[in-house]
Amino acid sequence: MRRERRKRRRIPRSRLWGGFALVSLVLGGLGATVARAQQKKDSCLECHAALEGPLADPVTLMKEDIHRARGFSCADCHGGDPTSDDPLAAMDPRKGFVARPPHRAIPALCGRCHSDAEFMKRYHPALRVDQEREYFTSVHGKRLRAGDTRVATCTSCHGAHGIRSVQHPLSPVYPLNVAETCARCHADAEYMAAYRLPHDQYNRYRRSAHARALYDRQDLSAPTCNDCHGNHGAVPPGIASVAHVCGQCHVRQSALFRASPHKAAFDAMQLAECVYCHGNHDVLPPTDEMIGTGEKSVCVSCHPPGDAGYQAAERMRALIDDLSRELERAQAILDRAERAGMEVSRAKFELSEARDALTHARVLIHAFSVKEVENVIRPGLEVARRGYQAGERALAELNYRRKGLAVSLLFLLFLAALLYLKLREIEGPK
Amino acid sequence: MRVETWRSWLDERLGTEAIREFLRRKEVPIHRHTIWYYFGGMTLFLFVVQVVTGALLLLYYRPSAEAAFESVQFIMTEVEFGWLIRSIHSWSANLMIATLFIHMFSAYFMKAYRPPRELTWVSGTLLLVLALAFGFSGYLLPWNKLAFFATKVGTDIAGDVPLIGPFLLRFLRGGEEVTGATLTRFFGFHVAILPGVTTIVLTLHLILVQKHGMSIPPSLEGARVRTMKFFPNFLLRDLIGWVLAIGALAALAAPFPWGLGEKADPFAPAPAGIKPEWYFLFLFQTLRLLPARVGIFEGEVVGVTLFLLGALFWMLVPFLDQPASRGWRSRFFTGLGVFIVLYIAVMTIWGYLA
Repeated sequence: MRRERRKRRRIPRSRLWGGFALVSLVLGGLGATVARAQQKKDSCLECHAALEGPLADPVTLMKEDIHRARGFSCADCHGGDPTSDDPLAAMDPRKGFVARPPHRAIPALCGRCHSDAEFMKRYHPALRVDQEREYFTSVHGKRLRAGDTRVATCTSCHGAHGIRSVQHPLSPVYPLNVAETCARCHADAEYMAAYRLPHDQYNRYRRSAHARALYDRQDLSAPTCNDCHGNHGAVPPGIASVAHVCGQCHVRQSALFRASPHKAAFDAMQLAECVYCHGNHDVLPPTDEMIGTGEKSVCVSCHPPGDAGYQAAERMRALIDDLSRELERAQAILDRAERAGMEVSRAKFELSEARDALTHARVLIHAFSVKEVENVIRPGLEVARRGYQAGERALAELNYRRKGLAVSLLFLLFLAALLYLKLREIEGPK
Repeated sequence: MRVETWRSWLDERLGTEAIREFLRRKEVPIHRHTIWYYFGGMTLFLFVVQVVTGALLLLYYRPSAEAAFESVQFIMTEVEFGWLIRSIHSWSANLMIATLFIHMFSAYFMKAYRPPRELTWVSGTLLLVLALAFGFSGYLLPWNKLAFFATKVGTDIAGDVPLIGPFLLRFLRGGEEVTGATLTRFFGFHVAILPGVTTIVLTLHLILVQKHGMSIPPSLEGARVRTMKFFPNFLLRDLIGWVLAIGALAALAAPFPWGLGEKADPFAPAPAGIKPEWYFLFLFQTLRLLPARVGIFEGEVVGVTLFLLGALFWMLVPFLDQPASRGWRSRFFTGLGVFIVLYIAVMTIWGYLA
């Protein structure tokens, strides 16, 4: 009975499907209406997309723009009324329309949002909001304020339309592109002539150890222009601060130099600390020849023969050369033994201790103390000598093995001959 | 008198007189293919070398990801003659596989699998599989970079076996990846399971060889074939071969000690051009040449399935080669053998040069 009642209550399947289709239609239609209402009208894009040449460029570029991706429109920077189809009304100056914001007004225009912490928090909470303030501490910013409109502002580096995130490889301020972006002005001889500034920094930088690391090894942590000069607050580091700039990465060398007697001497002579020996834009990989009293030594430019500094430089160079030579000797003999098939991987591994000591000593040069360099070189020399002895032992063992092999083979051949003779004896004529 | 007393004491307990009698009567045929008879004994001798040197290596080897490489390094540098023992173990393993292949193909071409020696052939093919398993499991034990990645590739291929592939892969690796658990497992296979199974199959193989004696090629069947005594004539020749084999092992091990390479690092990228041991190269090269997909199946799965079917076919040759079992010439199987030898040779050389 109960089953029958349940059967009567059941709705036919065809009717169920019909109801579902009706509800879907209604909900679908509603959804489309809401979406249409939410889509903002933008007459700037509509008209400029229909134009040709430079007037259409912003529309193309904006497709890649990070602001556009976050929902900003042309009117957010240029003003006007993007809801109007009438060009005169849409670009009405009374509605705040500015066709091309003046160069000197750019920092303030960008700063309207980028200096507003409350506003920026909604889009990029981690982004700094002091770029505008920092910009006006830069040479660019100061000159702009003084009325020079040829200097760089935000759009000169980041672009105006089609601004990409700094992390985007195509962004002009992506680490691999920064130097090229700066070079657009700073490598332009004619442009720089007006400021009586050199224009060879970019070419010199491209030869440097830093550029090799950045471009050849694609090491994005290697320094480019903004890492030493700053970006928004770009200034040439002064004599007093250059060591701090280099010390950001070369921490140990910087600390050793500051604690050394050279610090006071350099300050007194007003010499730029690191730069004086290593150069600035074209910092080349340092060599051992830079220390000592040879032709390429940087020490001899201040220390004449016979003075204490001259002697210290000579001694430090001798110590470093000693360890380099011992290391090379040990490495060569271990390589030879390895090629001969000997197992010397442990000795080779232990040699890395001497290699570390050499690197340490090269860093300690910045303390300009013979004693400190000596304290590191001595144990390194000991390790290198042990490595050489291990190589000698391996080659002696190889020799012993060869002799042992010859004796064993003779014995085995003799044994085989005896067996053969025994066989002949058995199988020979009885 | 004293020797005679001992002999009769032993005979009473072990029946040694029956063995002596068997050896006195055992004969080996002499014909133009007799040379191939020595390769079985040579393989057995090299296997004994493996057992002895393997046991010595066990005194110092430590089977864990943390200590394996260092222990082999210790054997190679610190243990007196450790380098020699390990190098002989490695060289002998390779020579053993080589003599095993020669022994197998000589038995195949001489149709030695004809009745009543079918089970001798089957046990022999099982011994080949066991020898390859010894090689594969032993290769990982030094826990160096090459061994690590070769095992990764090898176990990946095992994962392509139809139906049981994923299980087989996890079983071999002791997990999803090649880790210390794989090393411990391979050590267990190499020093316990495989030697145990090999002892049983090898004993059966040797008993069958003694029971049925040496087979003579079908072309000589019915003809008058000269013979020589197994003891001492054949055994003395065997001994000369074994002494020379020791010499060859020493001549290889002393100037070319087996390298150790770099310690395995699971996080390091695989070295370029990684290849398995030479005896797996023809399989590897074939799988490499197969397209990613063959019809609706993955290329590697098709390759592995074909090899498994091929191995099964090879094992069952005595039951399939009916003409040979009736004493007729079986040109198809001889041609097939030549094709297989050429295929292995070409693929191995190609794989080596690729």
